Amino acid sequence: MPLLAIVALAGISYAFRLAGPLLRGRVRLTKSADGLIAAATGVLLMSLAATQALTQGHGFAGWARPAGVAVAGLLAVRKAPFPVIVIAAAATTALLRLLGVS
Amino acid sequence: MSALPATTPRSTLLRDVSLICLADGIVGASLGAISVAGGLPWWVPVVMSLLVFAGGAQFAVTSVVLAGGSPVAAVAAGALLNTRLAPYGFTVAGITSQNWWTRLAGAQITTDESVAFALRETDESQARRAFWTCGGLLYAGWNVSVVLGVLAGTAIKNTAAFGLDATFPAVLLALALPTITDRRTRVASGAGAAIAVALTPVLPAGLPVLTALAGLVATISPRRRKGGED
Repeated sequence: MPLLAIVALAGISYAFRLAGPLLRGRVRLTKSADGLIAAATGVLLMSLAATQALTQGHGFAGWARPAGVAVAGLLAVRKAPFPVIVIAAAATTALLRLLGVS
Repeated sequence: MSALPATTPRSTLLRDVSLICLADGIVGASLGAISVAGGLPWWVPVVMSLLVFAGGAQFAVTSVVLAGGSPVAAVAAGALLNTRLAPYGFTVAGITSQNWWTRLAGAQITTDESVAFALRETDESQARRAFWTCGGLLYAGWNVSVVLGVLAGTAIKNTAAFGLDATFPAVLLALALPTITDRRTRVASGAGAAIAVALTPVLPAGLPVLTALAGLVATISPRRRKGGED
């Protein structure tokens, strides 16, 4: 991961953040643009979560990890606090591995 | 139902912000630990946290890179996730508009959390206080926790035994679920996730996630029908 990539992402992110304060009063985001951004965020996060949970390299990650992530998903749906979700995911996966499930 | 108080007491604000900082701190520590355990140099998560300061994007970038994806694919995924910061910027523009340096500094601490805290207040000076308190403390807390995570990740050799690899997708899932509230976005996210997983064995790392955006077609096409609404 080169430093240049981090700086590029930082620059792009900062530009997104500063657009509002700089353009305030002159430009308004349309409702459909807002909606599309929200939808793209959901799609991207879900597909990242799914690939990270299920795959390792180009293959299957094994059962322990997706099991931990599934527990996290259940807790998230039930609106559990963030630390509980994160720790439950790690604990479930660790426990399964301790029991010999890879 | 009685009217809600227009302002949040200072102690309540500090308590709520501390809880958010603690929660994000655990996430930040996890990010730092996984990054170095996955083989990235220690400064990558540290510098990225200082400059990018956006948890979701940092997780996205790191997971693409750790999966062997190219930096370009990683930056593209992170940048796409951060497009949501633009509408946030418009939302809090009035709060940071006193002078040029509050605009510049305020922009860097514009995050899901600081905007949410600002929106909670009805009075503008209270909203300003909530935004700067949350954004400032979160910036400090996030960066400290990432450094602590890096130290822990360097010390713990076998992170798989602790299930730390499950925390990454768990965080992404917990971030994603509240954003997919309507049926159309659910369909798009489900389709996108299926596409990404199906293409992972055949495409170079990082690309499957970007092709998942094809799932967005599911959100757009119904609108083309006359009078289509959800």
